Amino acid sequence: MTKNPVQNQPLVKYEKVSKKFDDLEVLKGLDLDINQGERVALIGPSGSGKTTIIRMLMTLEEPTSGIIKVDGTPLWHKEVNGKLAPADENHLRKIRGDIGMVFQQFNLFPHMTILRNVTEAQVHVKGIPKDEAEKRAITMLEKVGLGEKVDAYPLQLSGGQQQRVAIARAVVMQPKIMLFDEVTSALDPELVGEVLEVIKEIAKESDMAMILVTHEMDFARDVADRIVFLHGGLIEEQGSPKEILENPQSSRLQSFLKRFLSTT
Amino acid sequence: MWDNINVYFDILHKLLPAGWMTIKILVTSALLTYLIAFIAGLGRVSQFSIIRTLTMIYVELFRGTSLLVQMFWIFFALPAFGVEFSAFWAGVLALSLNYGAYASEVVRGSILAIPKTQTEASIALNMTRWQRLKLVILPQAFRIMLPGLGNNSIELLKGTSLVSLITLGDLTYRGLIIQNTNLSYTVPVFILLLILYFIIALPLIILVRRLEASASKGVAKV
Repeated sequence: MTKNPVQNQPLVKYEKVSKKFDDLEVLKGLDLDINQGERVALIGPSGSGKTTIIRMLMTLEEPTSGIIKVDGTPLWHKEVNGKLAPADENHLRKIRGDIGMVFQQFNLFPHMTILRNVTEAQVHVKGIPKDEAEKRAITMLEKVGLGEKVDAYPLQLSGGQQQRVAIARAVVMQPKIMLFDEVTSALDPELVGEVLEVIKEIAKESDMAMILVTHEMDFARDVADRIVFLHGGLIEEQGSPKEILENPQSSRLQSFLKRFLSTT
Repeated sequence: MWDNINVYFDILHKLLPAGWMTIKILVTSALLTYLIAFIAGLGRVSQFSIIRTLTMIYVELFRGTSLLVQMFWIFFALPAFGVEFSAFWAGVLALSLNYGAYASEVVRGSILAIPKTQTEASIALNMTRWQRLKLVILPQAFRIMLPGLGNNSIELLKGTSLVSLITLGDLTYRGLIIQNTNLSYTVPVFILLLILYFIIALPLIILVRRLEASASKGVAKV
């Protein structure tokens, strides 16, 4: 796996981050660093806060307390006269450009062709000329095996194909970090493989950092440098895939893996 | 009554210029109605609560009171406050403000009908608020609002007949005058009025169907 020389400063840093939805505390003071180019898989039972972690980084949920830093800059806060004030949309947009996300339900734009899905943000957000953006989009779509589908509309594709378009749409923006939110959970079992292969391929070719929320343990083992096991809004255990999957320490992780393996 | 076809042609001849007036009122108020509908509809989903409140007050005020009374207000009462409109503009304004309030609900409803996940996907691509609206939300919402706005414009056409009550010489006004001058014309006048209104509505009906078809292109049948 190619990797940037890890700089002193982590790419993403969660400092005592909590998130409450009404009375439900989903995250309880999370501390987590993601290094440049690092691939981190988040595993854990549902409700353990995995998805919330990446949705806060994508600026889709605001933390209740705590600070998330991207490249050393607070994401949800803005420094005003040495004090941290809530960030405004301009501030969020500045940092958001470094982050990309693939969703469980693909969320392609149904009124645009596949090509436009992958081109639109390049042109309007990054200001890339249309010709070049389309060239890049086609190259990317060929890479995910959909070079022949550029003129199709999302709903004409299978779930697996749609998810590969969604991956192309996010990766073509060249973020520093990609977030994958249970990207195979909505797929029929026979379509899971093609999507995971594409992610593995991209992981191999690029030096983007990745956070992968997943239930696919084999996939986590293949792609991740580190696996983080969450339970009840806190990190219960983390380590290399080998450590986590083959030599789990906490009884919760042990029983999680056992339950997991027995159901698959 | 059907024996004298010439009566029908005679009445039709007198009605046609008034039909032109009805079309002029319809087109002018339709343009203004949709302008208002979009502004108010977007206002209702604005991020600023003051804008949401102001547009809500407008919508509920104009939906909750009678169109005819609004028209009377603009034409007969506002001059008392020094604001005067010609009968044409008083009619157009009342129609547009009233139907615009209804149509803004169609605009608002179709914007809200777009799943939140579409906004999330466009945030993840770092689009600005305006880009999200322009590139992602509105094109999809537009498809949903077309049938509603189409119905709205047909309703608007029928609403134009109220301008006859503020002395504007539209189809209904002219028809009533013809009928008043010769009561034996009652049936032919009202038959012709029905037919003429329907003929004016027909292009609207066809246009809406066309727009629906072309706007639904993106949603392919699997």
